[in-house]
Amino acid sequence: MKKCDTTKGQKVYSKLAASPLFLLMAMSLSIISSTTSYAEHSGTNTIEPGISEYKNIGEGRTVTKKQSRSTTDHSKLKELQGPFNSGPEVTKACLKCHNTAGHQFIKNKHWTWEYKDTETGQMLGKKHLVNTFCTNARGNEGMCAQCHAGYGWKDDSFDFSNEENIDCLACHESTGKYYKLPPSKGNKACSVMFEGKDPINWVESAKSVDMPGRANCGNCHFYGGGGDNVKHGDLSSALFNPDKKVDVHMDSKGENFACITCHVGEGHKWSGSRYKMDVAGKHDIPKPGMKREVTSCKSCHTDSPHPVNSVTGFNLNNHTRKVACETCHIPAYARGGVATKTDWDWRTMGRLKNGEGYNEEGYTQGNGEHRHTYKSIKGSFKYAENVKPLYRWFNGKMNYLTIDQKFDPKKQPIEVNHFKGSYNDPDSRIYPFKQMRTIQPYDKGNNTLVYMELWGDDDTALWGNYDFGKAIKVGMQKYNIPYSGEYDFIKTVSYWPINHMVAPKEDALNCEECHAKQGRLKDLHGFYMPAATQTSKLNLIGLLAIIGTLGGVLLHALLRLIARKRRRT
Amino acid sequence: MNKTLTPTIQVFSVFERIWHWSQVLSIFTLIFTGLAIHGMNDLIDFKTAVTVHTVVGIALLILWIFAFFWLFTTGQWRHYIPTTRNMLNVARYYAYGVFKGEPHPYHKTYRKKHNPLQALTYLLLKAVIFPTVGISGIAYLLVSLGYGDLISFIPVSIIAFIHTVAAIAIVIFIILHLYILTIGGFGHHVKPMITGYDEVELTPEELAFIKADEPEKIKNV
Repeated sequence: MKKCDTTKGQKVYSKLAASPLFLLMAMSLSIISSTTSYAEHSGTNTIEPGISEYKNIGEGRTVTKKQSRSTTDHSKLKELQGPFNSGPEVTKACLKCHNTAGHQFIKNKHWTWEYKDTETGQMLGKKHLVNTFCTNARGNEGMCAQCHAGYGWKDDSFDFSNEENIDCLACHESTGKYYKLPPSKGNKACSVMFEGKDPINWVESAKSVDMPGRANCGNCHFYGGGGDNVKHGDLSSALFNPDKKVDVHMDSKGENFACITCHVGEGHKWSGSRYKMDVAGKHDIPKPGMKREVTSCKSCHTDSPHPVNSVTGFNLNNHTRKVACETCHIPAYARGGVATKTDWDWRTMGRLKNGEGYNEEGYTQGNGEHRHTYKSIKGSFKYAENVKPLYRWFNGKMNYLTIDQKFDPKKQPIEVNHFKGSYNDPDSRIYPFKQMRTIQPYDKGNNTLVYMELWGDDDTALWGNYDFGKAIKVGMQKYNIPYSGEYDFIKTVSYWPINHMVAPKEDALNCEECHAKQGRLKDLHGFYMPAATQTSKLNLIGLLAIIGTLGGVLLHALLRLIARKRRRT
Repeated sequence: MNKTLTPTIQVFSVFERIWHWSQVLSIFTLIFTGLAIHGMNDLIDFKTAVTVHTVVGIALLILWIFAFFWLFTTGQWRHYIPTTRNMLNVARYYAYGVFKGEPHPYHKTYRKKHNPLQALTYLLLKAVIFPTVGISGIAYLLVSLGYGDLISFIPVSIIAFIHTVAAIAIVIFIILHLYILTIGGFGHHVKPMITGYDEVELTPEELAFIKADEPEKIKNV
């Protein structure tokens, strides 16, 4: 694991990271300082210099390649023999043959980071939204655009019409040696993370192009929220090479699905966006030759997937009308040894040691890696693994609290995203979610969320200056968002639909997990569910009637006995 | 008709006895598994409970179809026609006479093997409670087997409610049924349902008719 240092002098730690000497030093440091109070979980509690757990995108992944059936061996194309000195040069070569790929891709969310909600007219996507993790990408592209499928998005001057800035390699290269760095350096505290790397071999990467594999997508999507599995809970580095237990489809020794096996699409447009989901699987099963632009279990498994050779089979098939496949078939998220972040408290941001930011590793996850429970730049965190999801009725439409929407701070926690659904709605299903709980800054005067300037090589960026006041002021100013000048902290929650880490069928939920008084669906009311619905009035009346009958019968029997005795005497 | 005889004759046919005892078995199974489905019995897992409840429920429905035809083709349905004759006497007996050691005021006859209170109870059971539990059971089955759209006008919660109320009524019937058997001797009452034979008061004319038409029904006179 790569460590990040605060000064050049401390950089020696990263070089020593793998050595026993480092462990010794870290341990002695922890004994000396012993400030480990934010660690909520058992762990090593070692104090680690530096500020980030960030992994370089693309670094050190083993790439499992499938036998390519393509009619073109790209490694032999003369156009790809180079020399290339930069990404855009490679892209230029790609677009020479794939002459519509650029037109297609610049409309894609991976490029625009934008999604228009056609119902509300709201502009969503990373370019606009505030989340409950690092909060806003907007204004921090110098860092966040490390995961943008383009080259050089540092600020608003980025040219979204220049197709040569598309990063084809991020998704298509297959050597596993390609990596992306933040477009700008940021403060000294952070920039050292990205120093001293081997240069990218552009020609080798260009010659390796293929259909995207799990590693290509995973390099960004497994690290959403600033670290491994931080955001989604069901998308982690455990899916680079999972076994069957972790994901029945992606099992690298079995079906070995790539992400695009399910997230199918055409023309650089993929199905399965979280912004508008189809939880009811309303699309028909495509027939041969038909387009299959839908990411749903149903599109392969039909809505009657269980064999009807038993009563249970019929009953399970009937469940698909009301229950999403994921609800039973993903018994827990954050499986496979990688934890997810569940709680984030921004209030503790900015604690320093000797004037420098630091990290605490207070949680050891299933695969043995340590996770940060405190980071000077971000505050305190809690983690969890093998988490039972939260279950709610969901119609697939996710709504967002945007920066321009006011909320009532009395109604905490504020839902940064929210959704609807009900038993009576045929398009709703009971759906699993990860709930993220955060305490984050907001505009106290205007009751809105805030944009912060997190990243930058200046004296306002939060990461390096540790001052919320300055970071919010500049973050808001940049986009002319009204700011009262006063900030405070507010409890927020966000909901993340759980769709990945589908378990093998023997690990699917047993009936009793839900069909029980204190089952997994105990929060859901207003419909009848055998063994779970509390028919307390009926039970009481029934019980009284039965006890009354028994009592009456016993009394009658007793009187008969007494009468018989009397007659005998 | 001044002199009556009490010969031992067959009062319950083979079908009637099979019907009764398989009904006993299935109803107890249904109560046991039904309680599990209702969330009040942890001795069996939910999946098994649902499977057994469904299979046994369907089997009982089939049995009831046979019983229905049997009742109407053999004319045995006449035993269940309610009557007020002797009703008060029987009621008075259970409320008072039984404590005084009086004999039961009703005597089984060949044409009427149930006393009026019994006939009314069985009628209630067969004409109201069983159809209620059966029809609501069929409705529930339709839903759980994926044909809920056919009866979407009635919510599952109502179907389940009706089914449960009927089930409670059956439990109460079983308690009363078993208790009443103890009046006059439990074994004495159960035996005919096993062997089929019981002593029945007959007029010599009635006996003569049976001797002529169904001699195999008479064991001894």
